[in-house]
Amino acid sequence: MKWKHSFLITLLLAFMLVLAACSGDGSATTNEDEPENNSSETEENDSTDEGDAAAEDDGEEQVLIFARGGDSESLDPGSTTDGESSRITRQVLESLLEFDDESFEVKPSLAHDWEVSDDGLTYTFYLEEGVTFHDGTDFNAEAVKVNFERWSDPEHEFSFADDGYVYSMYGTMFGGYKGDEGHVIDEINVVNDYEIEFVLNKPLGFFLQNMAMTYFAITSPAALEEYGPEINENPVGTGPFQFVDWSKDDAITLEKFEDYRIDGLPKLDRVVFEVIPDNAARLIALRSGEIDIMDGLNPDDAAGVESEDGLVLHTRAENNFGYVGFNAQKPPLDQVEVRQAINHAIDRQAIADALYAGYANPAKNPLPPSYMGYNDEVEGYEYDIDKAKELLAEAGYEDGLEIELWTMPVARPYMPDPETVAEIVQSNLSDIGIDVSIVREEWAPYLEKTLQGEQEMFMLGWSGTNGDPDYFLSSLLHGDNVGSSNRTFYENDEVDELLDQAKVSVDQDERAELYKQAQELISQDSPMVTLVHSTPVLATTDAVVNYVPHPSTSESLAEVELQ
Amino acid sequence: MFAYTTRRLLMLIPVLIGMTLITFSIVHLIPGNPAQVILGETATATAIEDLEESMGLNEPYFVQYSIYITDLLQGDLGTSLRSKTAISTEIWPYVAATFELTIFAMLFAVIVGVNAGIISAWKQNSWFDFLAMLFALIGVSMPVFWLALMEQWVFAQQLDWFPSSGRQNNRDPMQPITHFYVLDSLIHLDFARTITNLKHLVLPSIALGTIPMAIIARMTRSSMLEVMKSDYIRTVRAKGSGQFLVIYKHALKNALIPVLTVIGLQTGVLLGGAILTETIFSWPGIGRYVYEAINYRDYPVIQSGILVIAFIFVMINLIVDLLYKYIDPRIKY
Repeated sequence: MKWKHSFLITLLLAFMLVLAACSGDGSATTNEDEPENNSSETEENDSTDEGDAAAEDDGEEQVLIFARGGDSESLDPGSTTDGESSRITRQVLESLLEFDDESFEVKPSLAHDWEVSDDGLTYTFYLEEGVTFHDGTDFNAEAVKVNFERWSDPEHEFSFADDGYVYSMYGTMFGGYKGDEGHVIDEINVVNDYEIEFVLNKPLGFFLQNMAMTYFAITSPAALEEYGPEINENPVGTGPFQFVDWSKDDAITLEKFEDYRIDGLPKLDRVVFEVIPDNAARLIALRSGEIDIMDGLNPDDAAGVESEDGLVLHTRAENNFGYVGFNAQKPPLDQVEVRQAINHAIDRQAIADALYAGYANPAKNPLPPSYMGYNDEVEGYEYDIDKAKELLAEAGYEDGLEIELWTMPVARPYMPDPETVAEIVQSNLSDIGIDVSIVREEWAPYLEKTLQGEQEMFMLGWSGTNGDPDYFLSSLLHGDNVGSSNRTFYENDEVDELLDQAKVSVDQDERAELYKQAQELISQDSPMVTLVHSTPVLATTDAVVNYVPHPSTSESLAEVELQ
Repeated sequence: MFAYTTRRLLMLIPVLIGMTLITFSIVHLIPGNPAQVILGETATATAIEDLEESMGLNEPYFVQYSIYITDLLQGDLGTSLRSKTAISTEIWPYVAATFELTIFAMLFAVIVGVNAGIISAWKQNSWFDFLAMLFALIGVSMPVFWLALMEQWVFAQQLDWFPSSGRQNNRDPMQPITHFYVLDSLIHLDFARTITNLKHLVLPSIALGTIPMAIIARMTRSSMLEVMKSDYIRTVRAKGSGQFLVIYKHALKNALIPVLTVIGLQTGVLLGGAILTETIFSWPGIGRYVYEAINYRDYPVIQSGILVIAFIFVMINLIVDLLYKYIDPRIKY
């Protein structure tokens, strides 16, 4: 029996020893906090298998950790609409074009030049030569064609439709799939290895915008062959970083692609995208130097970060808006005066301050201000209770009325706290004699029933993807989209006409003008109360340089380096 | 003993069938069309129909259930809608992460809890007893997320003793073998990494282990006090044994039986209920796996994840039942 005790005691002692070792070592880790934490990392590296690759370099390995709130869904860009996924695929794969650093202006990427025929039906792209995919195969026009066919044709050998692959972004942006009536791409012709031609059956005003989206990035056909339906965990592209490892709900590791087509890029040796679900915990990790960039900072913490030594606050340009929609076909909301009255009665600034700590701007158009065709001359609805009461009286409701407001059950970047917004709206409207009762629904029934028009007033929002006004205005307010994405049941033939014209025009100035007119009309009709455009905030340590957040939420890290 | 074990194993069968029935129906009781939820506010009607069909949601419930059971019997836990990967392969790293965390949390809870309970009973009504029990009371009542955030704030941000999140140094990740990272680093013979990985375990283990530790301490104390009053302890004392032997050799064995029940139950609770700890310390365990699946309405993962958690719980109860017999051979079944 005695030896058993000594065994137990030894175990206990061993445990304590481990604990002591931990805290003893702890003092040594403090220098990890110093800016040159990377050098200390490299030393540790030498004892590991993966250290070898790094040791060949000048010894100063640059590893950046980007922390975000949730894991990616798929690393096959076309088969997902998830922002956390395109954040990664943006580094690994490239599209024919890309967006400018801070806006949705298109610029060359895999295609160095392009031409549009006068009728807007033929787009010719001239591709970069001598580019290789991460698997060593050549990038050429044939590869582009394979990718587009894979998305458009469910019968294609690389479509993987039987494995649950759906390319919904392709369907949304190009009007459907092969054989569908609305599908705009008629044929894709490989002119030669480095020249490819897209022939459309009708003009599409935002075709070039689409080509710059991360969702339409080019995967190596050889990799599609090799990995089959597992391509979503094995992305192979031409981007500055190549995929190394994905440990689910934990970290995705990418490393520098030595043969990247632009010399000197990327500057980092490795990028790790780590998942830290809790916003507060993520900020602690940033402060203690465990991570370098954090996405999803609470607006309430922004002021603290801004004034703190060692941290830098960044903001993304606005690319969304939240709104309170009216069912414009249901009495009493079918009367434009009632809708206008409500629009005047809601205090947007109060909502921006209460919910976003000021990191949001009141919205007067259903389009982010940085967009082409944004109409800044629209007057909008200022907060004016007297005016609201007047309008309500005009409509015959001087004694007030009762209205239901449906509040969304989930938080979204454009609506981080729907419940509070609903309460603010409720109290605002009680000031003009409207008695609002709040209706709560689960998310799925909420989306279904609002499509069928069961609601009176409801809350929702929209985020941009390709940086084109059409994606906002047509989806939300075109009469043809009633029952699919237009939940306000707003139908105005004049607006529809303007939007249709703008969609098929390839003259961007003309398009901008048409969208401006549409916004003017929409504002007068007041089918929705546009609330705010939110400005997402994020933080980095001051060691991170050249990091520029993009409004689409996925930016290239090729130029980023650590000081 | 053998007969008892067999009987216990046979009794598992109806329990397991019941579990599959419950997990299967839970998913179908959630309001709303899963296809709509998965595709979100920008989905078109055709996209929703396509997804419904590919998920098999248009089949009658009975057909869906029998397909589910047939697959389960073949070890097929289904395919995740989100990642399009087989759940049976995908789930292991999560299970391993949770097991690793639970083992260390329970080590902390048992070593500290049992000893604190014993000493409190030994020195009943002393200042130690008073303090330990006050601490235990606070421990039971403390919200886990608060404790976790406080730990991070003090030990990661202010003192910088331990890392605040994750399972390893992600700047320099290791090739996992078993997905028990501490074990893996030992297999790699990379002891610097073992220390790093253990350091990652310290804060979450304490956060997760505090409530069980407090419960175990209180249980051990009261159970110990009771045993200490019994006749055989008086006899042992009369033989002239020292206090240490009386307590750790004679009293502990009997006092430990109710404590063991608590330890078993708490282990089960930790394995399934560590969502808060796993979220705050970004520990990619089974709780997070199921939680993310719920957010995404990834029905196969919800079903299988809950099933696996329930299965582990049942297994732990089985082990505890079998352990009783080992600790106290007088127990008859």
